[in-house]
This record gives sequence, structure tokens and C-alpha cells, in this order.
Amino acid sequence: MSDTVLSTPVFPAAPPRLALVGNPNCGKTALFNALTGARQKVANYPGVTVERKMGEFLSPAGIRVQIVDLPGTYSLRARSPDEEVTRDVVLGRFQHEAPPDAMVCVADATNLRLHLRLVLELKKLGRPIILALNMMDVAEARGCRVDAAALSAALGVPVVPTVAIRRNGVAGLLDQIDRSMTVMTASTARSHSSPCGWSEPSARELRAYHQEVESILAAALRDAGRPSLATQRIDAALLHPAIGLPFLFLVLFLMFQAVFAWAAVPMDMIDKGLGWVQAAAGAALPDGLLKSLLTDGIIAGVGSVVIFLPQILVLFFFILILESTGYMARAAFLLDRLMGGVGLHGRAFIPLLSSFACAVPGIMASRTIENRADRLATIMIAPLMTCSARLPVYTLIIAAFVPERTVAGGLIGLQGLVMFTLYAAGILSALAVAFVLKRTIFKGARDPLLMELPAYRLPSPRDILLGLLERARIFLARAGTVIFAIMILLWFLGSFPAAPDGATGPAIDYSFAGMLGHALAPLLAPIGFTWQIAIALVPGMAAREVAVAALGTVYALSETGDALSGSLAGVLAADWSLPTALSLLAWFVFAPQCVSTLSVVKRETNSWFWMLVMIAYMTALAYGAAFVTFRVSSALLGG
Amino acid sequence: MIPPLPGSALDARPCLATRQTPGPMPGGSADPPKVESDGCRLGALRKGQRAVVTGLDETAVATPLPPGELERRMIEMGLIEGARVEILHEGFPGADPLAVRIDDHTLALRRAEAHAVLVTLA
Repeated sequence: MSDTVLSTPVFPAAPPRLALVGNPNCGKTALFNALTGARQKVANYPGVTVERKMGEFLSPAGIRVQIVDLPGTYSLRARSPDEEVTRDVVLGRFQHEAPPDAMVCVADATNLRLHLRLVLELKKLGRPIILALNMMDVAEARGCRVDAAALSAALGVPVVPTVAIRRNGVAGLLDQIDRSMTVMTASTARSHSSPCGWSEPSARELRAYHQEVESILAAALRDAGRPSLATQRIDAALLHPAIGLPFLFLVLFLMFQAVFAWAAVPMDMIDKGLGWVQAAAGAALPDGLLKSLLTDGIIAGVGSVVIFLPQILVLFFFILILESTGYMARAAFLLDRLMGGVGLHGRAFIPLLSSFACAVPGIMASRTIENRADRLATIMIAPLMTCSARLPVYTLIIAAFVPERTVAGGLIGLQGLVMFTLYAAGILSALAVAFVLKRTIFKGARDPLLMELPAYRLPSPRDILLGLLERARIFLARAGTVIFAIMILLWFLGSFPAAPDGATGPAIDYSFAGMLGHALAPLLAPIGFTWQIAIALVPGMAAREVAVAALGTVYALSETGDALSGSLAGVLAADWSLPTALSLLAWFVFAPQCVSTLSVVKRETNSWFWMLVMIAYMTALAYGAAFVTFRVSSALLGG
Repeated sequence: MIPPLPGSALDARPCLATRQTPGPMPGGSADPPKVESDGCRLGALRKGQRAVVTGLDETAVATPLPPGELERRMIEMGLIEGARVEILHEGFPGADPLAVRIDDHTLALRRAEAHAVLVTLA
């Protein structure tokens, strides 16, 4: 098979770079994981926000090979930002990145038609290609027989069967990579490849590709096999008009239960650990600016974000399982019609779901939406989903103002009911905003839904684990960079200038943050906010939950964490009126108080304009909702 | 709620399980030369019906895409002349979108866009 490589040109002496290309759902990421193990890193492509997954492995012959996992695509005619990256990398259009020396094209052996069409398109690029026939185990089980030698002869590229999820399932591919490498490094010519013969295909050319695929399949496909019976049976139940949606909602309900139940213990441990580190640092350092910066600024600030890592990991655990089993595409199928009611695409479901943990990964997940208007609409409403950072604020205020009793005959707790109402308010207002957006600025028919429903598969523990590690790395890297910097800035605003000697109020009252708060207070008075709330909202810009700590500071309490929440609730209950508390809850449903979210919106839309639109519309909604809540509840309560 | 589309599922001619015998048409001999097509569109099929794709006609549907783009996307997803299709599942409500088996894979698409696919019942 390697003789086809002999005729193709040569790698440079530097470590050879391979690119993994293929349709979505072909097991490409599983193959990437099988080749590289944990030796991967994720970075952003310069200038675009799509993540670039690089890995390294040592081939059996001892060659160090770099490999990049490119977003799945059906065609080099890119339709989404994700697919544009794939196109630009393989075409060598990135300025700071040389094109890959060779491509490993991954194809699902059970479903060769669409994959082979992409292979034919990739062949036009004139670079060496190895075709990995993945999921050969599934193919065999379904009676599908592919003649790899005949396929190789018909395509003119080496073809290797692989089973990415099985131990040694990629041995054949590694050997082929070695054969190709040896052949290519043995030659001295540095000319990279034959000229690129790819241009965007017309409909006629696409049909010609398909005809070529049919003749190749006629030569190489001995038996097409049967469609997956298990998938048909599961779909008969899970896509059933009466069962499908209730089952989906049940899955989502269990997921949210787990996000809060499973994450409680590790979050508590992180909280205690941070308290210990803070205390240790406090004891070790002399009083002064450095100690304040380290304990109050950095540890407390970054810690307040890191504490959400368990929740984010539990959420992504479910998302990864739903994606790798193939259910996520079904969820988009089931919801497309309902979400179409407000003009959203079925694919908007995943970004919106992620936003319940944190809007940042949610907004990043919107990249798979092809149409720019659909994608912008999804990004604009993602922060309205109640993210986990709002929870500490909700918990604090509910504990302080909502009595702990049951309604509806003892079945429903009142506090839980209020919490549910706040979640529902977020979702319903997101739908309303989407409805308005799609009828005004993002007018026009929705992008078509053309989405493959892959066969169901059992998730592989290794792929789930590596996926979680990747999420954790990305999240912690953000906490260590952007959020770190913002925390230092806010610490500065909250600490300078220092309180004068003999000051009576809390130190923050005299700082820049305090001045800002006092300046804002008259603006916020009509919605019932006290000047203390106004001050707390300033550091709360970094992340909503910081507002809790800031309120604590303003009310000059010395405890931290849970102790603070507990005693602060009592102070607030005495200090605020009920309308003020309700007004603050309404504010938090809408307020764009999260610098991380705003910065990711700026990055993903590549425009300051949309970020400013988001600030404007969310602040207006927050102010309006708080105003109505305050006035109506004041009138009702006679306050 | 969903933008009205020419030839939506409601006003489309139902595709009968057996092909209609071509009788004398009111319009005389103005029938298009495409003898393979019986005027049936994928968007009009119901669950369980099978057909073969005879052509793509994206002018029949409203789409935000530039001309020719929907047709190319459909070809890339396997909707091409000669492909065998079967409606596996229908969404809810409104029996929309459709899950369509195309040769060896399954595609989800909306009825609105499925009206761009001309089929003949198998």
C-alpha cells in the first residue's frame, strides 16, 4: 500500500506534522486520543477562536510525530467557523502555520459514502493522505465487508482499518504512518507537494464526486451490511412523538440534579482548602499590601471562580456522554420545532444547555452553528440562562427573605419554588428576547437543518476522561489569566485609596469602588437598591458571586464563605425591605455582570459592537425588571 | 410561528403509496419531460414511506442561503439523484422535522427544506 506514497513528495526534516480530518461522528477524536493519550494540548488559532487540539506521539520506528485534530466537516466548503478552520489549515491559509505534511483522513467504515466524497476532495490538495477506516468492529458486526486493498487501489491512497476504541486498534495505522514517514524522510527533495488542485466545487462537480464514490464502492464494498438494529429500536422509542420530549426533559432534570448534588462535596472541599490556604498565607505574611493583594485579591478572587470547577465538570460529563452516545443530535432533532417557534436553530440547544453551568463555555459552543445570524442570536441569549455563579446570590437572598415552609399541601418547599421561578424567568426571557431578535435585527428564515443522526454508541471511558481533562484545563487557564487580571484590578479598586485614620465605615467605602458605588447609588435608588448594594455591584462585575463577598465586606463582617452567608443573611433580613430583596433577585436574573462573559462575547463575535449591545440590552432588562418588581411589590406590601 | 413556505406540508399533494396511473391531464401535453418524477416531494412523505431521489429543486423553498448553496449542502449530505430514502421518524409537533434514512446513514431535515427534494415512490 505504501507504494502510492512513494510517488508523492516529501516531508521536511523537522518533526512531521499530521492533520486528522474527517466527517463529524467518524470517531476522529477517539482516534486522536488513541494515538496521543494524554499528550495533548489545546490552544486557540491565532486570530480565530476555534480551539486547536495538538498532540504528539512516538511512532513504532521512533519518529516523533505532531498531530492536529481538526473540527469535523463534510466538505471543504466551510459553513461554520469550526469548518473554516479545517479548510484553512489543510489549504495552508493560516499565516503563522505551515500546512500539514500529510493528512490522516478518518472514515466511518459503516457509512463510507459521505466520507469518501470528502477524501476525494482532500486528494485534490495534492498532499499525502492515509485513509483510516475506523470502527471496523462495528462494521463487521453489521455484516459490512470492505476490501481495504481494493479500496486503496481504487482511491490511490493507503487504507488502514482501525478500531480506535480497542487496545492496539491503531497499530496498523501507526505502522502505515511509519512507512509513509520513512519513505518521505528518505528522500531529500523539500518541495512540499504537488500543486493544490482544489477549488470550491459546484453542484455539478459534487455530483461527479458522488459518481466516482459509487464506482469506488462498487469495486471495494463487498457487502453493505445492515443498518444498526439497536439504533432503530432505540430511536423508535426516543424519537417517538409522545415519548421523545418527556424523556429529553427527564434527562435534563436528572442532569441538573446531578450538577448540584454531585458537585456539593468537592465544592465544599475546594472552599475549605481555599480558606486554609488563605489563612496560611495570612499567617505567614506580614500585614500590608502584599498580604491583602494575595489573600483578598488573588486567592479569594480566583478561588471564587475555581470553586465552580466541580459543577462545570459534572455538566460536561453529561454533555460528553450525550454527545458520544449520539443522543445530542437527537435532542437537537426533538427541540428543533419548539425552538423554531422563537426562531432558534435546533443546534442552539447545546450552547444554551452549557450556559446553565457558565455562559463562557456555552458561548464558545455556539461555533457549531453555521449561520451567523442564528449564532449571534444564540450568543446574545446565552447569559440569560441561570449560570451557577448566580446561585450563591440567589441562595443568600432566598435564605434571608423567603420563609422555610412548604406550599401546595407540604409537597413543594417555598424556597425551592422561588429558586425554580428564577430559573424559569431566565429561560422564558431568553426565549422572548430570541423571538424579538429574530423578528427585528436577525430577520430571515432559519438556516436549514441538515444534520446526521449517527448510530448510537457506547461512550468510551478514556474519551470521556480526556474530554473532561480538556475542559478542566481550559477553565483553569481562563481563571489563571483573564480572571486573575480582573481580580487584581478589582482588588485595586476596592483597596485604594486606603481609609483615612479614624475612619468609622468599612475601608471599601473610601476606595474607588466605594466612590463608584456612591456615584451609582442615586441611579439605583428608584429600583430600591441601597448604597451598600451599589458598592457590592462594582466588584460583582468580575463574577456575580463576588457580589456576596462584597456585600459581606461592605457590611463589615469578618467571616468568610459559608459562615459569612449564614450571618449575612440575618443582617440583610434586618437591613433590607422585602421589595429591595425581590428587586435585587430580578436584577440578577438579567444583569450582564460578568466580565468573563463579556470578554468571550467580544472574542467570539470579533466585535465590540455586539458586546456593547449585550451590555445595553441586559442592563436595560435588569433595570426594568428590578424597577417593576420593586414598585409592584412595594405597592402590594404597602411599603 | 415558522415562516410560511411555498409548498408546505399542508398544501402539498399527498404522495400515495402506489404510483398514480398517468391519466389525461387538464393542462394537456405541457408535462415536463422528466418522466422519472411523479411530482412527489420528500417533504410530503409520511413516516414509513420509501422513495428514490429524482432531482433537487431548491427554488421551491425559501432559504436564507445564497442560490445554489442549499442544493450543494444537500448533495454533500447524500441527497442526490438515485439515493434511496425512507422516512424513519417524524418530529413533534407538526410531524416536523424528519429523520430520513439515506442509503446507509440517517439525516434530520425539516419538511420545509425537504420540499426541495423531488422523489419517486419506491
